[in-house]
Amino acid sequence: MNEITKIAPATTPDDWASDQEVRWCPGCGDYAILKAVQRTMPELGARPENTVFVSGIGCSSRFPYYMETYGFHTIHGRAPGVATGVKLANPELDVWIITGDGDGLSIGGNHMMHLLRRNLDCQVLLFNNEIYGLTKGQYSPTSRTGTRTPTSPAGSLERPVAPCAFALGAGARFIARTIDTAQKMMPEVLKRAYLHKGASFVEIYQNCVVYNDGVFEAFTEKKSSALTQIWVEHGKPMLFANGTRGLRLNRDRLRLEVVQVVDGDVSQVMVHDETNKTIAAMLVEMPFPEFPVAQGVLYCEPATSFDQAMEEQGLKLVADKVADFNALLRRGQSWEVKSEA
Amino acid sequence: MATAVQAPGTAVEGDESRAKTRVKTGAAPGETGQESVVVRFAGDSGDGMQLTGGQFTLSTALAGNDLATFPDFPAEIRAPQGTLFGVSAFQIHFGSSRVDTAGDEPDVLLAMNPAALKTNLPALRRGGLLIVDTGAFGDRNLQKAHYAANPLHDGSLSPYQLLALDISKQTLESVKAFGLGNKDALRCKNMWTLGLALWMFGRKRGPIIDWLNAKFGSNQLLREANIAALNAGHAYGETAELAGPVKQFRLAPADAEPGLYRTVTGADALALGLVAGAKLSGLPMFFGGYPITPASAILHALARLREFDVTTFQAEDEIAAICAAIGAAYAGNLAVTSSSGPGIALKSEAMGLAVMTELPLVIVNSQRGGPSTGLPTKTEQSDLYQAVYGRNGDTPMPVIAARSPSDCFDVAIEACRLALAFMTPVMLLTDGYIANAAEPWKVPDADAYKPFPVQFHEDKPETGKLNPYLRDPQTLKRVWVKPGTPGLMHRIGGIEKSYDTGNIDYSAENHQKMTDTRKAKIDGIARHIPAQTVEEGPEKGPLVVVGWGSTYGPIRQAVSHVRAAGHDVAHVQIRYLWPFPENLGDLLRGYERVLVPEMNTGQLKTLLRDQFLVDAKSLNKVSGQPFRISEIEGAIMEMLNQ
Repeated sequence: MNEITKIAPATTPDDWASDQEVRWCPGCGDYAILKAVQRTMPELGARPENTVFVSGIGCSSRFPYYMETYGFHTIHGRAPGVATGVKLANPELDVWIITGDGDGLSIGGNHMMHLLRRNLDCQVLLFNNEIYGLTKGQYSPTSRTGTRTPTSPAGSLERPVAPCAFALGAGARFIARTIDTAQKMMPEVLKRAYLHKGASFVEIYQNCVVYNDGVFEAFTEKKSSALTQIWVEHGKPMLFANGTRGLRLNRDRLRLEVVQVVDGDVSQVMVHDETNKTIAAMLVEMPFPEFPVAQGVLYCEPATSFDQAMEEQGLKLVADKVADFNALLRRGQSWEVKSEA
Repeated sequence: MATAVQAPGTAVEGDESRAKTRVKTGAAPGETGQESVVVRFAGDSGDGMQLTGGQFTLSTALAGNDLATFPDFPAEIRAPQGTLFGVSAFQIHFGSSRVDTAGDEPDVLLAMNPAALKTNLPALRRGGLLIVDTGAFGDRNLQKAHYAANPLHDGSLSPYQLLALDISKQTLESVKAFGLGNKDALRCKNMWTLGLALWMFGRKRGPIIDWLNAKFGSNQLLREANIAALNAGHAYGETAELAGPVKQFRLAPADAEPGLYRTVTGADALALGLVAGAKLSGLPMFFGGYPITPASAILHALARLREFDVTTFQAEDEIAAICAAIGAAYAGNLAVTSSSGPGIALKSEAMGLAVMTELPLVIVNSQRGGPSTGLPTKTEQSDLYQAVYGRNGDTPMPVIAARSPSDCFDVAIEACRLALAFMTPVMLLTDGYIANAAEPWKVPDADAYKPFPVQFHEDKPETGKLNPYLRDPQTLKRVWVKPGTPGLMHRIGGIEKSYDTGNIDYSAENHQKMTDTRKAKIDGIARHIPAQTVEEGPEKGPLVVVGWGSTYGPIRQAVSHVRAAGHDVAHVQIRYLWPFPENLGDLLRGYERVLVPEMNTGQLKTLLRDQFLVDAKSLNKVSGQPFRISEIEGAIMEMLNQ
């Protein structure tokens, strides 16, 4: 969906909350995300009856039960498939996919890749907590190498997948990142995701208080966040640390580097161009702590969405055709058996 | 009833009259007046045997004969030339009386190379006519077919009437004028052969020429070369001074009800039936599929029917295909997914989701030889257990089966009807044989079918929130609410839900109640399907032969034969496999013996024993080939003599 219209009576955040008791662990980052989504929906001018939340399996995938919208809690990893059917069957619906790092990048990684490359018009919110929570704490495809869990008591051996880099490689046209506790910035990111027509991929760093508590603390901690996060904005210099530092492109080595900004002179600092895939590629994999973690809309380069392309092709195909089913049954070479009186 | 056959728009240059002037010589197979003939075309997978067979089928249909075909081809697209495993064959059985199977053994075999001869000769009737292309019997091809000596010269073919022709040379000469390269020129061999076959059976070339014109379109060279080869093969039959077996077979047209006919394969009839089902329900159709042999033909057919409100989606895998269909069902479409055994296995978790969320969905399984990848291009009926039982949990799902290519049309409509009437996924079983085989089909009048329009639930509850599991007290089907309907927002999913509210509910008594309800709903379908009838024979007696799916043809013929010989045997063919028709148990208990021929190791037999405690006995065949009539006849006689 890409139009914010306010014809129908405005909704309030409460209109978007279902009567179901939320069953996440106390302190779970999911609560903050749920609140932010419920708070943002009225601002989008979205309608509950035209909204469908589709999820897979995992803690995050319980999300639809708490939204007073249409919702489908499907099976592990398959939300993109179900969402594709919902959207193709009724392109008027606003489709949101709620998934996690295991659901969306492990068992459902293949579906995620194809959803993104097809560019189905929907919003994908991937709650990344770098752990399997609902199955009690096994390492996930985003867990850092060496993560000790019941299935990796001596530390995991695998290199993690970077969700936004995966999305970029899969051909996503909208990639953004935010943090569960970023209550001020998350609505802005959600709004942009909603406005983008096509698959909008949003990675949300989400803290699992039980099995992976504090895994993102190094860059989510409020006190130091000015130094550890960089919120990028299209057309603006890429600054952080309250404007005292910026990112510069070293043209000789074709890589980013951190520069001090003296007296507000940003002439050395790169300006964010969200339509530039090369910049996006650098932002999604900036190593921390050498660099701050990039947040906000990292990449947005719209292209025709899958559902739109299908609709347009359909219109062309049916343009000069009459749907005569009896004629269809008789298509091809046929013969008549006549009764001889 | 006397009938006349007329092919619209297919008048052609007097083949008929000239053909009739030929005088037959000697005692040959297929005398004039014979009731039916079985012909098999066999060649390399690159020789175009399926095309040849397909066009010969068309000409046969236009001549008014009843027919059944059996395309039999390797899984490899272009296997190495000349090899035994690269042989592709097409068998057609046609006649002036009712034809139900592709025939037990060919009367005529056309073998385009040594490998085709070697793999197909064992099937040829002793005394049958064997036509070979001597041009393909060089040392290299003989070696590839593992022949130590040339069978054309070592006397090994003496039990047959051999007609050795250098078809390759004849073809090259017939297309010389077009200046094609040797390879392209030789590719016209199949048309030369078809021309000869058309002459042998007194068939018209017009429809084939029309088809060649359409097929090659603007490629004038290939079009004209193929037509020239076709004409040359035909002329060869007419003019060559051939001693021996080449002569014409004359078959009178079969009796058929008046009406418009076409030939149809099971895959095409199934696709058309699904469109009809969508039309009758008033819903758009959404088809989620993934390429797999032998099911892809259904997706191919539907992908061209956008104007009938059909959306096809080629998903990234089988799982996404069914999940997209489930999503479309949730959004209010008539949803369909289709595959073959291995793909159906991948879909099973999602089938459970469709059962749990009680969404309508048609799942088509074009069965092939298993397990695992098995025999991708060969037929089998070994997915019945998978259809009935193959999911985690107590996950009941109705299962119905098509028995012939044209039956696929009606069965597809019925699958749509059941899915919508009971808000349930429905498994439709067909198989590789039915999918590829063709038969004449009296084209139905789409307007003669009773519509089953869908009513979406739009009423707000008087108090509180909608319960998405609100049920019809008669059928137990739940309400279907389309997203987009104001005031009825609700959540569904794979987790157990409360019978009363639709919210998550793991409680013991609720799970018992929901499980019982899901079962009762599917069991109850038995009250809404036709009672089981007897195809042929008595309603009580010494022996009943029970079939399902594509065994219909051979069982029917076998039962007819033994009945003609004075044995009071009955034939029951089951369309509704789960739940069974209500009267089936009583019906079967009326016979002293129950014989179940199946292309598996006894799956329906097990179901019948389990459901009705009848002493059903199996006749099994899992060779990738359909039953022969004689095999079933033999089993019937053996059982009667016990």
